[in-house]
Amino acid sequence: MSDTVAVVHDSHDIPHATGSKYVQIACILFVLTALEVLLYEVCFGHLSGSSFSASLAPHFVSVLLILSAMKFWFVAMFYMHLKFDIKILSWLFGFSLMIASVVILALFVLFTYNRTLWWWNGAWH
Amino acid sequence: MTAAALPHDSASAHEEHHTSLPVNNRKLAIWTFIGSECMFFASLITTFVIYRDSHATGPGPKDVLGVPLVTSGTAVLLFSSFFVVMALNGAQQGNRKKLLTWLSLTVLCGLFFAGMQVYEFTHFVRDGMGYTTNLFATSFFTLTGFHGTHVAIGTLWLATLLKDAWKGRIPPEKSLNLEIAALYWHFVDVVWIIIFPVVYLMSLGHK
Repeated sequence: MSDTVAVVHDSHDIPHATGSKYVQIACILFVLTALEVLLYEVCFGHLSGSSFSASLAPHFVSVLLILSAMKFWFVAMFYMHLKFDIKILSWLFGFSLMIASVVILALFVLFTYNRTLWWWNGAWH
Repeated sequence: MTAAALPHDSASAHEEHHTSLPVNNRKLAIWTFIGSECMFFASLITTFVIYRDSHATGPGPKDVLGVPLVTSGTAVLLFSSFFVVMALNGAQQGNRKKLLTWLSLTVLCGLFFAGMQVYEFTHFVRDGMGYTTNLFATSFFTLTGFHGTHVAIGTLWLATLLKDAWKGRIPPEKSLNLEIAALYWHFVDVVWIIIFPVVYLMSLGHK
């Protein structure tokens, strides 16, 4: 735990990460963003056309979502201090994300149902 | 904490509102607000994904969206999150120079991102994509416009804190003021972490 402590915040003496840890996270976030753009370029951009691109393209969305989820996790845990703060904040955020997921699912189901019901001829993607 | 235990005579007594939870009220409030914002942006992002291909009239995603400019904006926003935690680190250590330097950079990043979005929107309108051109345009402008508004509000908030820091009004014991603004700023960044691949990269790669 050499990267934690040193800094306390508000009145509850909860340790946060130090500057060097923040720099490490910034580098990771930058690399992940670069990977996202590289993935797009390999699959559909200037670097596409090879057999590797063709094999990677079907997994484009899932790989992109995994990379985004990783970035999301790093920012929430370290920059938003969820890793160091009291657990109730993590639960609060997690609960909100769960409801947000339900909202996403509900909207997709609703629109799929409506399209199927009213637009028989329209293939919906 | 009982009411009798609170220091009635100090100025901080008016700022610290304790509850039975071991967390500051204002911090709990900003996290609750962030939770509600998660649902707000979840519905906007989903609506965009649903209407992404609804562009029978006017340009579609592949006609207008571009990667290079938005990638630079994404990088700037990610760096701004790093800058604001460094500013908070400075505030908690009582290092005024560090606080001012990193907070100034954060505000500059916010201004750059907002400027990038205005530039992008202007180009889209010139390319024939107005707000009501088609459902793709409407959902795109609504989503990114709301995010841009959040960035503008966050930049303004951080700029006011920069002014306070300049006048020496953010000592270590008041660093929570900056921490709350920083949490909001990180959330704005986290939302863009989702918007960037879903709206730009996936739309361009979508068949």
